[in-house]
Amino acid sequence: MCSADTLSVLRSDSYVDLSQYRDQHFRGTRYDQERLLRKSCTLYVGNLSFYTTEEQIHELFGKSGDIKKVIMGLDKVKKTPCGFCFVEYYARGDAENAMRYINGTRLDDRIIRTDWDAGFKEGRQYGRGRSGGQVRDEYRQDYDAGRGGYGKNVQCQ
Amino acid sequence: MSRRRHSDDSDEKLTVYTTLVGLLNARNYNFGGEFVEAMIRQLKECLKVNMYNQAVHLVRFLSDLVNCHVIAAPSMVAMFENFVSVTQEEDVPQVRCDWYIFAFLSSLPWVGKELYEKKDAEMDRLLSQTESYLNSRYLDCLWSQIQKLKKDRWQERHILRPYLAFDSILCEALQHNLPPFTPPPHTEDSVYPMPRVIFRMFDYTDDPEGPVMPGSHSVERFVIEENLHCIIKSHWKERKTWSDCLTQDLEKPKPKFVREVLEKCMRLSYHQRIIDLVPASFSVLSPANPVCMYKYADESNRSLPGYTVALCLTIAIKNKASNDEIFGILKDVPNPNQEDDDDEGFSFNPLKIEVFVQTLLHLAAKSFSHSFSALAKFHEVFKTLAESDEGKLHVLRVVYEVWKNHPQMIAVLVDKMIRTQIVDCAAVANWIFSSELAHDFTRFYIWEILHSTIRKMNKHVLKIHKELEDTKARLARQHKRRDSDDDDDDDDRSTDREDGPLEEQIERLQEKVESAQSEQKNLFLVIFQRFIMLLTEHLVRCETGGIDVFTPWYKSCIERLQQIFLQHHQIIQQYMVTLENLLFTAELDHHILAVFQQFCALQA
Repeated sequence: MCSADTLSVLRSDSYVDLSQYRDQHFRGTRYDQERLLRKSCTLYVGNLSFYTTEEQIHELFGKSGDIKKVIMGLDKVKKTPCGFCFVEYYARGDAENAMRYINGTRLDDRIIRTDWDAGFKEGRQYGRGRSGGQVRDEYRQDYDAGRGGYGKNVQCQ
Repeated sequence: MSRRRHSDDSDEKLTVYTTLVGLLNARNYNFGGEFVEAMIRQLKECLKVNMYNQAVHLVRFLSDLVNCHVIAAPSMVAMFENFVSVTQEEDVPQVRCDWYIFAFLSSLPWVGKELYEKKDAEMDRLLSQTESYLNSRYLDCLWSQIQKLKKDRWQERHILRPYLAFDSILCEALQHNLPPFTPPPHTEDSVYPMPRVIFRMFDYTDDPEGPVMPGSHSVERFVIEENLHCIIKSHWKERKTWSDCLTQDLEKPKPKFVREVLEKCMRLSYHQRIIDLVPASFSVLSPANPVCMYKYADESNRSLPGYTVALCLTIAIKNKASNDEIFGILKDVPNPNQEDDDDEGFSFNPLKIEVFVQTLLHLAAKSFSHSFSALAKFHEVFKTLAESDEGKLHVLRVVYEVWKNHPQMIAVLVDKMIRTQIVDCAAVANWIFSSELAHDFTRFYIWEILHSTIRKMNKHVLKIHKELEDTKARLARQHKRRDSDDDDDDDDRSTDREDGPLEEQIERLQEKVESAQSEQKNLFLVIFQRFIMLLTEHLVRCETGGIDVFTPWYKSCIERLQQIFLQHHQIIQQYMVTLENLLFTAELDHHILAVFQQFCALQA
């Protein structure tokens, strides 16, 4: 009837699993990074609107537990929000619940995405794109009113 | 089959799975029998290990198996008879009886109809036994619903019933009898769930056809708020049904509900969005624009005491002044409470607190992060100004004055100030019950803050307790290691030296635990004391004025008191003797005493 593999899917907690993404700027081995990710209380939050405020993020993510800190992602040049942030909880369990119940839901009418982060370090609050924002906003072709309009390379044409 | 996993699913999917089991049973009678036996085993296990939420779900699952022709109705009735008999047990906690009644009643929306069709006399008997048990219980709500359901001849319109589509197959199936099920006996280790506080905003007459609202489990509440956001957005056109909100007293549940939801919606978006969304006629229910209110804002305020110091401070802080420089500037602020300034210079001076806190919060108003940085940078000044209890209370008052339009900001600032020990939990409790906050007393944010404060206190006690246990364990391991060492040169003095630091640490932690527990107890005593004062004042005023006690404010207040008991019952249980002897004494008004007595009954 049902194999053990199929049944194991029923027991999985996949929303909490690590994604494929690994920070290329991380100082340390892959093993170190994964160890930190597995016990981290910090989440990366992406696909935010540039206009989403810390207050909105605090309200939404506060639903899964007490927040220790929200760090807004900033454009390296303009020092204004550029569509991502870090949310650090006091307890790992609260961060896991955010991964289960808040990841993939809407904030400011946009589907946001959460992922584990190895821990905030000074400098990581800045976008890594050439123009100062996030890399994804350098190359995208679509028009996104909440993220500065067209991608940077399109704008420069 | 992974039965365990299926049973973990929410009740919404329950009937899908029972239909599946029904169809399988129709094909293979033995499968059905084994499945039922496995469910009963799991139910017994859950009850043994106090997993009551799971157990309720299993009972509902079994009930619905009657609808799918897997379980014979008479045997289900027999099991429910055993459940209801628990109310006849002697010397058991009331919560044990409550739970079994709850498990019985809450299955009836699924299977009431079928059981009544097959065994109406027995069901009548069960329901009347239940009725006589339920006189003034927290299960009132569910009982009223079941009574109504019975009156409607068990017609239930919300639950999805896929098995109806397969009736031709299922009615041919052979049914199983449930093995006789006796509720496992009460033991000393048995812990039964407390009644859940369910915030009921609507009267049953408002929506008789509607589904039962889910309780305040955190994830479900989150889902509800998201849903409500959508509902209100898409249903604003139906103004007629909501417009009666506008003519009612704003403290009544319906308009209050709308105001609080709009405030929550604003927190998830921004003020202008809500203003644009809400029709002009409803603007009285719209939230305030969450702006900072700085009293020394412009020149027109220059006659206010402390105005010039505020200006000085502003310039100094913008120029990255240190804590010492700030102290220097504040030294010149006169104390309106005293004729001469104290020699030490740092006794409670409300004007100093006002000028400093107003100015700093105004400068840091831009975002939460700015405000948190400000609290961190000038922590020393805060600690000194707020050293006394009056100081702490005044800091909180000024925070409120500055940010009364932005409850979310107040909440996060209070949280930070507790965590950085600028104020303590008791100060927050006293502030919440102070006359300055009386106007906001029934607003949700106040209770968010109070319950968050209690939770922080509880977590703190647990944390220190864990530290103590961990250190004791370390000492034990150290002893064990030494004992297993075969060292002839063991010297009594050296072992003492080894143990010394750990034993000292344990002693210090022990003191810390006791002090934390004492602070925790004091917090609850303050809260109860203030509730009693507040409610008594209202009751006396109503009595002497000959007006009805049951105003919306009173109803809200007395239920908030109940909520404290129910939400933190485990901790409060430790204080029953103190509460009985000190606060909830026989001289108290019977309205207030009743709340305490009901709570005691749950502990019995």
